[in-house]
Amino acid sequence: MAKSHKPVVWFPFAAGGTVIAFCMPVIVLLTLLAALGHAPAGLDYQNMHVFARSGLGKLIIFGVVALSLWSSAHRLRCTCYDFGLRADTLAATVLYAAAIFGSIAAAVFLARI
Amino acid sequence: MTPLKERLVQLEVLRYNPDTDTEAHFQRYEVVCQEEWVVLDALNKVKADIDPTLNYRWSCHMAVCGSCGMMINGEPKLSCHAFLRDYEGVIRVEPLAHFPVERDLVTAPDDFMEKLKRVKPYMIPKEKKPISEGEYKQTPAQLMKFRQYSMCINCMLCYAACPQYGLTPSFIGPAALTLAHRYNQDSRDGGRAERQEVVATHEGVWECTFVGACSEVCPAQVDPASALQQMKITSSLDWIVEHLIPGGKP
Amino acid sequence: MSRRPLVRECPPTTWYFRQPRYMRYMSREITSIFVGAYCVLLVVGLQRLADGPMAWEGFLLALQSPASIVFQILALVAAVYHAATWFNATQKAMPIQIGEGFVPGKLISGAHYAAWAVLSLIVLILAGVF
Repeated sequence: MAKSHKPVVWFPFAAGGTVIAFCMPVIVLLTLLAALGHAPAGLDYQNMHVFARSGLGKLIIFGVVALSLWSSAHRLRCTCYDFGLRADTLAATVLYAAAIFGSIAAAVFLARI
Repeated sequence: MTPLKERLVQLEVLRYNPDTDTEAHFQRYEVVCQEEWVVLDALNKVKADIDPTLNYRWSCHMAVCGSCGMMINGEPKLSCHAFLRDYEGVIRVEPLAHFPVERDLVTAPDDFMEKLKRVKPYMIPKEKKPISEGEYKQTPAQLMKFRQYSMCINCMLCYAACPQYGLTPSFIGPAALTLAHRYNQDSRDGGRAERQEVVATHEGVWECTFVGACSEVCPAQVDPASALQQMKITSSLDWIVEHLIPGGKP
Repeated sequence: MSRRPLVRECPPTTWYFRQPRYMRYMSREITSIFVGAYCVLLVVGLQRLADGPMAWEGFLLALQSPASIVFQILALVAAVYHAATWFNATQKAMPIQIGEGFVPGKLISGAHYAAWAVLSLIVLILAGVF
């Protein structure tokens, strides 16, 4: 039995899990405020645009989105198995591909801002 | 001293006789017990007074030997540590989940024993030295680093609790991996690289999804879930050193 | 006497109904569905932001649909539940030994909760909520 290459997918999962824990609740709270008609000033186009134009802003946004996507994809892969889906390779391929596609899309949009 | 209170206890026990049965079935026993007794006492009373054919393992009756593990109302428990006063109504007693049933409440531990061997749960000294050079010394702080993980009594409750072991029987499992961690953490030991050949495989720590059930049912407060999480982190760091750093050896 | 052990399989699709702790575990794992879906929403938001002010305003407006509000509430619950389980696990993954003793696990997890609260507060202030 050879040593596993699982760390390749597990490390970004662990990093993403930490990012989700620290950042996601407050981000959801912000968009929820906007959804309830109390959009904070920070979500104005002007402010968001300035933030997403800066190098640091791009890095933060991309880091949060890409790691959270990966972490969710990896956990969902395990959940599929837990629910009895034995086609693990298929689930892994589809979910990781989706996470990578989402991250590339995020990078492309950020580059356009 | 007040006299002990008596109580009529109803047990529903899983029976399986490999010589005659193709399936297991439940058998109901009613037995008068003392309120202070444990489930194991009730089983002993059944065997002594009602049904001598009932099979189960036990030895120390004090949560040390680890042989009387059973599912009691669906929960992995040492039956010597499951007090009747904590249960109401019919108490359902089954053999440990996830293990083949040898007979009645007796399970076959072969798979666990084989896995235990594979992780080399013994000291592999960093440098062998003759007895004349004296003992391998250790500070209390170095002892504390692994002491908790050395308390395992091999009762296999964690295997009966772990759904990943139930779903994927090739998983090395909580207790064996935790013992590997116990020796890896020992300042006198140098066998980590050998153990990693088992620990860092798919069947090793990577089958674990941190359900945490192992630690919740452990009667010796070993906390296998923490050991496995720590081993995932160190195995991942190993991988980085091995694959991303030129000439790197963990 | 021959050995003929009886194998009782773990039911692959229904095992988590067996114990309440398995249900708690599955709830933790299922948060990934809502968090993942919310990440997709964030990517769409980035696209709208890149498309200009009109598109961004439209995105903010679309967030106000009832379905979107329900989804975001679910995502919020999922994210908070994930955070709590994650911070509770830190003491298991990263125990800190000082001398012969260990830093109490509650302190390690508690420090994470505190950092979480501070970070969230800073983000809320920077976003101009207060």
